[in-house]
Amino acid sequence: MTSKRILGPRDWSSHPRQTHPDYKSTLLRSQRKPLVPLPQSLSELTGPAFGHCAVTSEDADLTRNAVRDGEAIGERIIVAGRLVDESGRAIPNALIEVWQANAAGRYVHSQDQHEAPLDPNFVGAGRALTDGAGRYRFTTIRPGAYPWRNHPNAWRPAHIHFSVFGTAFIQRLVTQMYFPGDPLLALDPIFNATADAAARQRLVAGYSTELTEPEWALGFEFDIVLRGPRATPLES
Amino acid sequence: MSSQTPSQTVGPFFSHALTPSGNGHAPIAGRQLADERTPGTLIRIEGRVLDGAGHPVTDALVEIWQARHDGAYPEGSDAFRGFGRASTDAEGRFWFQTVKPGALPENGAPHVNAAVFARGMLNHAFTRIYFSDEQAGNSRDPVLTSVDPTRRKSLVASLRDLAGPPVYEFEICLQGAHETVFFDA
Repeated sequence: MTSKRILGPRDWSSHPRQTHPDYKSTLLRSQRKPLVPLPQSLSELTGPAFGHCAVTSEDADLTRNAVRDGEAIGERIIVAGRLVDESGRAIPNALIEVWQANAAGRYVHSQDQHEAPLDPNFVGAGRALTDGAGRYRFTTIRPGAYPWRNHPNAWRPAHIHFSVFGTAFIQRLVTQMYFPGDPLLALDPIFNATADAAARQRLVAGYSTELTEPEWALGFEFDIVLRGPRATPLES
Repeated sequence: MSSQTPSQTVGPFFSHALTPSGNGHAPIAGRQLADERTPGTLIRIEGRVLDGAGHPVTDALVEIWQARHDGAYPEGSDAFRGFGRASTDAEGRFWFQTVKPGALPENGAPHVNAAVFARGMLNHAFTRIYFSDEQAGNSRDPVLTSVDPTRRKSLVASLRDLAGPPVYEFEICLQGAHETVFFDA
């Protein structure tokens, strides 16, 4: 039998509560019965590998991967960071997928009815594999804020959606990255569904002079931390 | 030591990145995990995602991870990758075409692992899909038998009584009296 290290638990002080009445869509979609404890087996500790997938460097450049007849419009940015587990260990060869609205706050999606222009040269979807040090890097356009109908005059703060795989299926994480200094953060029920202020700050990228490229693009650093090995390994 | 990055909802607008069709880049995974050439029994898993009022959830994402027909979990180089992804349609329906997973003794009865994501779910939910025609294995499975007997059937997909390749039906209720059993592993 393949031996796999048991992972520590999902840190429920960091993750949002399931039912958050300020975020209306949780009312009929959140789980109300207690989660059933599941001992970790190979089903939980293995996971899909994407190292063999055809992910190209163009996939990570959202300013170029959907160009039709011109350049994507908006403020060009670089978003980069490290994927690590709680013990600080890098997670190499991991798939990170991102999606976002365009500079005007509009998604390429039939259900997005916001009256803002689509950009014919920007789809707002990208993906990358982390390198040997767990690093990833995207070039994109800074997304705009957009209105939603959760409450009167509700606007989502600008954000980039992240989908992340570790090596175990139970390390799966889907999250959103926000931008520093955004006044909408204090008003956003999704961001604030995480009760712990320090945990919320882990969703906010930092401006980085090192990532910023002169005459080209501002840089933002966003590190992602997945569940790591349990602090005290169990003997099996 | 670092602390975990909080989960956030997948939101309603993931399809152009996670389940693209037509324009844009090729999907990294889809509903079709296997075909006639894949070793094992080709099956379909068909289901629906429902909310606490029994209404279809039309913007959910379901991911599955499963063993090969021989019970072993796929390695990176295997042709059968064991991972699938489907979004729900206007009626809340999803389907996968795959092979029936085998079972190794230490893994209990054959099952497919699933994760459910949707707008309004701030954290994704993990569940398992067992098979109704595996009664002997199911009755000994340590996970299934740990679940309250009145809720156990929410984890078992029912084999539809039809000629042709096997189709298993699996309903995912996010909330309510028939809430599916979700796990904290």
